[in-house]
Amino acid sequence: MSKDLTLNNSAVKSRSLWADAWRRFRKNKMAVVSLVFLMVLAGIGIATLIIDWVTNGSIYESQVISQNLSQRFVEPSLEHPLGLDEFGRDILLRLLWGTRYSLFMSIAAVLAAGVVGIVIGAIAGYYGGKVDSVIMRLMDVVLSLPYMLLAIAIVAALGPGLVNVLISIAIGYVPEFARITRASVMTIREREFIEAAKAVGGSDKVIIFNQILPNSLAPLIVEFTMAIAGAILSIAGLSFLGLGIQPPLPEWGAMLTNARGYIRDAWHITIFPGLTILITILALNIIGDGLRDALDPKLKN
Amino acid sequence: MMIPVLIGVSFLVFFILAVSPGDPTRMILGQQASEQAIEAMREELGLNDNLFVRYFHYMADAVQGDFGVSWKTKLEVLPQVMGYFPNTVILSLAGILVAILIGVPIGILSAKKQYTWVDNVATVLGLIGVAMPNFWLGLLLVMLFSLTLGWLPPSGMGQGLDLIPSLILPAITLGTGCAASIMRMTRSSMLEAMRQDYIDTARAKGLKERYITRYHMFKNALIPIVTIIGLQFGMLLGGAALTETIFSWPGLGRFMIESIKSKDMPMVLGSAMFLAIMYSVVNLLVDILYAYVDPRIKAQYNSMGGKKRVKRFNFK
Repeated sequence: MSKDLTLNNSAVKSRSLWADAWRRFRKNKMAVVSLVFLMVLAGIGIATLIIDWVTNGSIYESQVISQNLSQRFVEPSLEHPLGLDEFGRDILLRLLWGTRYSLFMSIAAVLAAGVVGIVIGAIAGYYGGKVDSVIMRLMDVVLSLPYMLLAIAIVAALGPGLVNVLISIAIGYVPEFARITRASVMTIREREFIEAAKAVGGSDKVIIFNQILPNSLAPLIVEFTMAIAGAILSIAGLSFLGLGIQPPLPEWGAMLTNARGYIRDAWHITIFPGLTILITILALNIIGDGLRDALDPKLKN
Repeated sequence: MMIPVLIGVSFLVFFILAVSPGDPTRMILGQQASEQAIEAMREELGLNDNLFVRYFHYMADAVQGDFGVSWKTKLEVLPQVMGYFPNTVILSLAGILVAILIGVPIGILSAKKQYTWVDNVATVLGLIGVAMPNFWLGLLLVMLFSLTLGWLPPSGMGQGLDLIPSLILPAITLGTGCAASIMRMTRSSMLEAMRQDYIDTARAKGLKERYITRYHMFKNALIPIVTIIGLQFGMLLGGAALTETIFSWPGLGRFMIESIKSKDMPMVLGSAMFLAIMYSVVNLLVDILYAYVDPRIKAQYNSMGGKKRVKRFNFK
């Protein structure tokens, strides 16, 4: 009897934090469905990149970019499930090819913001004192601007274009990551295992990156998921205003730029790009909520 | 606390917009201008000074009401900006009102009826509301209420009594995302308040449930709700550019976007300054409001002398 008990105990203990979190995440059906959706979307995005690479962009040019004015506003049919837009281009294909701008660009922007923010936050949290004050006051200033205003101002200064949009989206998320990292570094900094690492002569860099950061990963992952959702919305918003990704590139928000003028003629031009954005953001938010519950079960009420 | 934030924010805005590539003198004088004329213009605009000197000159003029002159129309910036500014304030106030009227009651209901179908429907609506791109929602509303049903005007800002119908769709567009955030915060904050011991005490005293909900739960749940309303109001100011563009609302956000497209930097800078400063002022007002909502904070404020930190939420 007692032998069984010890066996069971060790079985429970041997599960790592991540395996445990994954087990909890899997129970959340909505989150799993969202994750599958997102992976399919990412798969499609990668597939379109490969297709373009193999065909040297000829399919992209002929199907996604080139105009066919004789077929404007064709409504959804079997041949074109989501219909054709104001220039006679297939909306479904444009949405699929647009994944790279909406999803992949957002991921890239948030990754960039994450790397910069984590380094800044780790430095501020680990060293504390004056360094901390100066860095965090700077972050406060960036946070005192409405996010969209900041992005619009940066794009206004740099001009539209892929890289500039990416920069403008990324800068607004740096303080968020810095703040989260700083907070968890400050709580972990005082723990015994950090003291032990110092005692055996670990350098600051090793301690920050090998000891502290892996232990503050959970809130960062959640923030990462949520930030991607926000970034997709921002890129779509900027493009809709004509400041982000420029037509004829098939970014989802840019596809809606002209839709307003054609609301009377063609409902499908407005409906489908917006619905795609909505579902993607919804999926990311649900995954984010699911991850938060899975990684920090204490928070769940 | 207000002054350093304003200085920081205005410097950030100035820094971002002043380092923009492209020579403004070429914009003003045209491509054929002679080297001497350009050099004279640079000197006149103060572009040869370093960034801090330029910022200092700009702000010294700005506090006296001189935000410079448009590169395109040669009009003064301040009267232009002041002409659009009230329209943005009207729209933002209407938007936050819609958000509060939708968000708070549904949030309370959802918390009181936790785990029932009401709660589930509210939660799903909240998720969709947060994920909804507000410019798309605007297009859908125009499609339904203006074009199909013909009830409300699709764009523009009405004068006098016509203001109300022209305000409805933009306000809903602007407020929906905030309503969802406010609803989620109200729900979780109410659930927290419902678990407290004093609620049991109030019930044991035999108070009516309605009274307990209003005075014991809601009043105690108010702080996070006020916080999120303040934050969302700031987000509204940023998001107003999108809504104003869709509905051709003559506001500051739309004006700023148009100025960006015509590369009219003094106008962009003036509009951005106004929006940024308004956001900071709103944040300050929210901080002051705390003291009225919760006397405990006032006491804490006096003893610690610290500023309460607020987390910023994702832009909607």
